[in-house]
Amino acid sequence: MFTALRLWSASMAGLIIFLILLAVGYFFGRMNEARHFRSLQQREADLAYITVSSTKQTPKGMQACEFVSGNVVISIDYFKRIIAGIRTIFGGRINSYATLVERARREAVLRMKQQAANHDMVHISNLRLETSSVFKNAKTNVGSLEVYAYGTAVK
Amino acid sequence: MRDIEITNLETIPGRTITQHLGMVQGNTVRAKHVGRDIMAGFKNIVGGELRGYTELLTESREESVNRMVEDARALGANAILNVRFSTSSVSAGASELYVYGTAVVVS
Repeated sequence: MFTALRLWSASMAGLIIFLILLAVGYFFGRMNEARHFRSLQQREADLAYITVSSTKQTPKGMQACEFVSGNVVISIDYFKRIIAGIRTIFGGRINSYATLVERARREAVLRMKQQAANHDMVHISNLRLETSSVFKNAKTNVGSLEVYAYGTAVK
Repeated sequence: MRDIEITNLETIPGRTITQHLGMVQGNTVRAKHVGRDIMAGFKNIVGGELRGYTELLTESREESVNRMVEDARALGANAILNVRFSTSSVSAGASELYVYGTAVVVS
């Protein structure tokens, strides 16, 4: 009787912790994401004068070039990870990861542009983007990824 | 500080390539450390940027670029063209950062 009660309370504690993590992940994750998107929009508007292309040609009359790059490591929140985990059972589109990757890409490109702006550059040629899941842990399978953006800024 | 120009274009605008010296490369393998991992564990609940890891990877990339530049300097180059980066996780908890390019003399 006593052991059964102890087992029951232990599993209840586990469930409560799980639900708390889920709720914390949901609220903070949503808040962080909304804030990040707002900040991305603002900074993208500020740096819109720097044009970016993925071709190797440079605009005519360019004299100086500088290698520029930006990177970001971003992690998914607990709620979204659980949702994505459930999704992998049924298959289909995982929106929660799509927004994560989008945020990371836009952030990396912005950091690269900021670096170009610091050198008074006007255009970035040959933009390359590289995405990798960093420090993947076999045990916990951390849902974090790195996006690295690089290119040649010219003026 | 850096006397060698680095670009991922195939030419340097306004300069001409006079000599071609072959491929140069640099790499580093980095492991995360525990302190950063605790913070990352917290961020894994609320989501968001893992600043410690961002910095770690930036530093590691700089190191591999420096190795590539040393390589190019030894060959007597003054520019590295068509630079590419590649990242791979070699084992749980470690990443390799590899950079390569073509060393040339430009005038």
